Amino acid sequence: MAAGPLLLLLLLLLGAAGPGAAAAAAAGPGPGLGPGAALREELLLRPLPAGDVAAAFQFRTRWDADLRRGAVSHYRLFPKALGQLVAAQGVRELHLALTQGFWRTRSWGQPPLGAPAGAELWVWFQDTVPDVDKAWKELSNILSGIFCASLNFIDSTNTVTPTASFKPLGLANGTDHRLLRYAVLPREVVCTENLTPWKKLLPCGSKAGLAVLLKAERLFHSSYHSQAVHIRPICRDASCLAVSWELRQTLTVVFDSFTSGQGKKDWSLFKMFSRTLTDACPLASESKVYVDISPKNEEKEFLEVTPTPTSVHEAVVQGDKRTYAVYDLLSPSLFNSSRSLNVQLKWKRPQDSQELSTPVLHAQRYVSGYGLQTGEISTLVHNTHPYRAFPVVLLETVPWYLRLYVHTLTVITKGKENKPSYIHYQPAQDRKRPHLLEMLIQLPANSVTKITIQFERALLKWTEYTPDPNHGFYVSPSVLSALVPSVVAMKDVDVEESPLFASLFPSSDGSSYFVRLYTEPLLVNLPTPDFSMPYNVICLTCTVVAVCYGSFYNLLTRTFHVEEPSRGGLAKRLANIIRRADPVRRC
Amino acid sequence: MGLLSDPHCRRALSRLVVRLNTPLCVLSYVAGLGWFLAMALPPLAPRTYMSENAMGSTMVEEQFPHGERALAYARDFAAQKKKAGGIPVAWLEKTMWGLGLEVYKQPFARTLPFPDESRERYMVKGTNVYGILRAPRAASTESLVLSVPCSEGTQNSQAVGLMLALAAYFRGQIYWAKDIIFLVNEHDLLGMEAWLEAYHDVNVTEMQSSGTLGRAGAIQAAVALELSSDVVTSFDVAVEGLNGQLPNLDLVNLFHAFCQKNGLLCTIQGKLQRSDWDTLPAYAHSLQTLLLMVLKQGSGRPQGDHGLFLRYHIEAITVRGINSFRQYKYDMTTVGKTLEGMFRKLNNLLERLHQSYFFYLLPSLSRFVSIGVYMPAFGFLILVLVLKISLLGGGPRPGPRGLHALDLWMQLNKCEAASAERLWDGDQGAAHAVAEEPRPGLLALVPPLLVCHAAGLALYLLPVLGQRVATQHFPVSEAEAVVLTLIAIYVAGMALPHSAHRALPGGGSDRGWMTLKLLALLYLAAQLSCAALLNFSLGFLLAATMVPAAAAVRPTGPRLVLAALLVLSTPAVTLLLGIFLHRELEERPAGLAEGWQLFLQALAEGLLQHHLYGALPFPFLALLTYPCWLLLWNVLCWK
Repeated sequence: MAAGPLLLLLLLLLGAAGPGAAAAAAAGPGPGLGPGAALREELLLRPLPAGDVAAAFQFRTRWDADLRRGAVSHYRLFPKALGQLVAAQGVRELHLALTQGFWRTRSWGQPPLGAPAGAELWVWFQDTVPDVDKAWKELSNILSGIFCASLNFIDSTNTVTPTASFKPLGLANGTDHRLLRYAVLPREVVCTENLTPWKKLLPCGSKAGLAVLLKAERLFHSSYHSQAVHIRPICRDASCLAVSWELRQTLTVVFDSFTSGQGKKDWSLFKMFSRTLTDACPLASESKVYVDISPKNEEKEFLEVTPTPTSVHEAVVQGDKRTYAVYDLLSPSLFNSSRSLNVQLKWKRPQDSQELSTPVLHAQRYVSGYGLQTGEISTLVHNTHPYRAFPVVLLETVPWYLRLYVHTLTVITKGKENKPSYIHYQPAQDRKRPHLLEMLIQLPANSVTKITIQFERALLKWTEYTPDPNHGFYVSPSVLSALVPSVVAMKDVDVEESPLFASLFPSSDGSSYFVRLYTEPLLVNLPTPDFSMPYNVICLTCTVVAVCYGSFYNLLTRTFHVEEPSRGGLAKRLANIIRRADPVRRC
Repeated sequence: MGLLSDPHCRRALSRLVVRLNTPLCVLSYVAGLGWFLAMALPPLAPRTYMSENAMGSTMVEEQFPHGERALAYARDFAAQKKKAGGIPVAWLEKTMWGLGLEVYKQPFARTLPFPDESRERYMVKGTNVYGILRAPRAASTESLVLSVPCSEGTQNSQAVGLMLALAAYFRGQIYWAKDIIFLVNEHDLLGMEAWLEAYHDVNVTEMQSSGTLGRAGAIQAAVALELSSDVVTSFDVAVEGLNGQLPNLDLVNLFHAFCQKNGLLCTIQGKLQRSDWDTLPAYAHSLQTLLLMVLKQGSGRPQGDHGLFLRYHIEAITVRGINSFRQYKYDMTTVGKTLEGMFRKLNNLLERLHQSYFFYLLPSLSRFVSIGVYMPAFGFLILVLVLKISLLGGGPRPGPRGLHALDLWMQLNKCEAASAERLWDGDQGAAHAVAEEPRPGLLALVPPLLVCHAAGLALYLLPVLGQRVATQHFPVSEAEAVVLTLIAIYVAGMALPHSAHRALPGGGSDRGWMTLKLLALLYLAAQLSCAALLNFSLGFLLAATMVPAAAAVRPTGPRLVLAALLVLSTPAVTLLLGIFLHRELEERPAGLAEGWQLFLQALAEGLLQHHLYGALPFPFLALLTYPCWLLLWNVLCWK
């Protein structure tokens, strides 16, 4: 590793030469880093409409080598654990998200990277994989070990193969959906034991660069925490003749500025993470902090950012024109005046507007009805766009113990039935696989669409109940994928040039952007026996049935005769005595 | 049971039952009542204990500091309410928003089936306002509710103030694992019903409400708070919900535990528990509390806003702050701490409350009677009916009483049964007499049954359907029309079944009325047992009043006495007596005229409860108990 200090020196020199040179270094394979590996790190700070602050970290490792062949044995920036996994299991694309909390789209806006509460894993396998189910099983078990998560609970009862919702994000030749597996564990609790292995995958660990802010104590003192790993193949260059592999590690946290700031919505890096930034990761070719300073309601100068940003970046993100203050950690001027960077944001005027700008697409899901026999799952999908209609793909995965009545499926928009243009339904098999329902629904402009389906609660076998059956059973969130029409026209930008937060999902054209939303998981109570007294219940029931019912039935259906006592011989008398003594015969 | 199928034992047993029938019936009835009275005694009412682990041993240190702030909010709210002339929606929304909650409102409208005169409302329009505190790092799968009714006048503004202060305090805490919904509901139960129906997206009653709501998953528990003064001397807890449903006993225990921890006096049914348990006055005191609970539960009426939650399997209680003339007063901070403690413990719940009892009676807050203990009291009463049924069926004895319904019942199915029995009976004459009488077929029972149930159906439907006709022809208001129609049909029903049986062959015989009585007794026993399983108090009260008359009724003998007894046992008279007893137990006895007024009110309210919230006592009484009673009346009038 003698190249390390040399590289650092080189990078610093390049950085001093100006941002143009740094960008050139970033675009090309870093010198001395083996066969074309590059790391970019980025932090996006975004004040949310409701007053909270979202911090989204992205660490992108790009490796110009082909992992598939299994020929690679020398790993530098790309973590070996994941690289070998990809090679061994024939993974083409892997997306794992571990989330604690729920992204509240209605008050927070569209998520930078959507993830459902709990654990989500979806994988596209290579078409050379002979047994996808086996590979999936092994993969989830290995990942379970790597991330200390209960991914080993992924089995056939919660795995589905969606046909339309999850398309490959990276380079793909075909999209044969039989190579796709998708599973969500809504019950998974995410905590530090999942964060530590995730941090260890970073080239700089949590020692330098943006990762120093990742202090578990603060990250879990938040409203929302989501960490993810995305691996995908990408084009090596514009001609796309060779494949590079990209690993994105993302972490999104939402801090509740209301509780910490006593009602004030000002924040700073130190307040949120109780750390400040001192340097960039020496291995990174780019290290930037973006702060969303887009003016609201056309009134500028609402907020004030200190220190002065290195530059200002304007981009169209998720259909909105946004302005970002950029701090380039590789630019030496940043650490000139002070040794550390503590980005602060102050609101010049207190905001007290109750009216939130609701996002174009948001959804809500709940269980309706009461009682333990039947129920109804309702999903409300809002399209608040004033004049554009757009289609949305809805994916529902329902465990087998909720027996869906498919004939009760209704989709109603503005009081009229809205017929889905595509429906894919795979019924559940008891104890084998869940229900899968995918629909393509057109959402008219400015409308609410209500999708309802009734279900019956199954009776489980007594060993199938969880240790806390009265807590209820989770139903994984439904997934909405949509191309939302943009208000502002978007430009096609080069992926390598644009900030990371804007470039995971490919945009199809300039007029719409891709959004994937997850609804709340549901908690459904099933009929639960009283486990504390099965013995009593069994005894009582058996006694009642045997004694009361049996003899009453006997009594009511039989007639009784009294036999004249016969004065027979000795043998007959003996037989009579025996008959009398035998209680069974007497009854 | 081999006893019954062995002819010898069976004969001996049936002889015993027949010979000692009346003493046995009396004994059983007295035993039933005695058992009930004994339930207030410590051996039958053990101490309550916390069953739920998540709430039992964990310690909570309450730190709510905002007592003064609560009062300031309360004053603001009262002023705004006065200004708005109703629930100040905008102010509440703004305040809750300012506290950092997600705020929603829900307008609703409901036209009552007939004007409610005691509350002066007919076409009701209102708005519920609620704010959701989103728990950090939770996915909104579970929630708790703190609801406060926004009632008319200056009432309850302190409760709103305390709720807002609690919301402000709760918002700053990091430990919440469940979302908390702070709800201000207008028009008390109507608003509550509207909110619950909209939240669960069902339409049980004809409530109209609009708007898509913010939701917070499955509600685990709810507390309804009523508070009308700046300081309180004690807290009263109401547990009885719709149709006599009760919340899990652990929730009551939780309230009791926190009252004790904070040194607050807490009462149930307005009665403070006494420290001595073995004295006679103490026994009388807990019996009074028990009786009050039985009366309230039996009425099937929700005793607070919590009552409607129970239908949705949400454990809920209503907590009322009382300010009486006691010396020790507690300020808002203490009250707030108590609620904070309760919510924090509920927040700790890992499962729904299910560990403790759902069926219980409370002779005091610290003692309870479980279902296993109170059911025998009811069992003894029902045993009277069973004994009577077996008398009608049981004993082969000479004379007019020697008819036996069980055999009769068997004869209806199997003609050979009687002759077979005759062989060993030895009492040939009587048996021949029985056999010679014309046998009433099952058909003979159909007309009285039909007529009685038609009367019941009329009682159920006509008062509300016919109110318009009644107001056109008589100078009464609609509400009066409904109640008076109800009484008229009830009384008129007594005249109906007189001649129902005459048209049929064999109807006039002894066997005819016995068959009818047998049927009525079976019917009564079955419906009372069902009622007692769901709502013990209703079943027990009806059994205690109807069983003696039902057992004694016959067309021969002192008919006037029997008629008086039967009239006294009718459900309407039970209701009237219940009202007097209730007022007596609350230590504000009602005069005759007042009692009658209350009776009329109770009738109207029973109908309204049924139509507005789906309460079942009215249809149960009208469609089942009243026809059954008419059948007994029919037996009395048999010629």
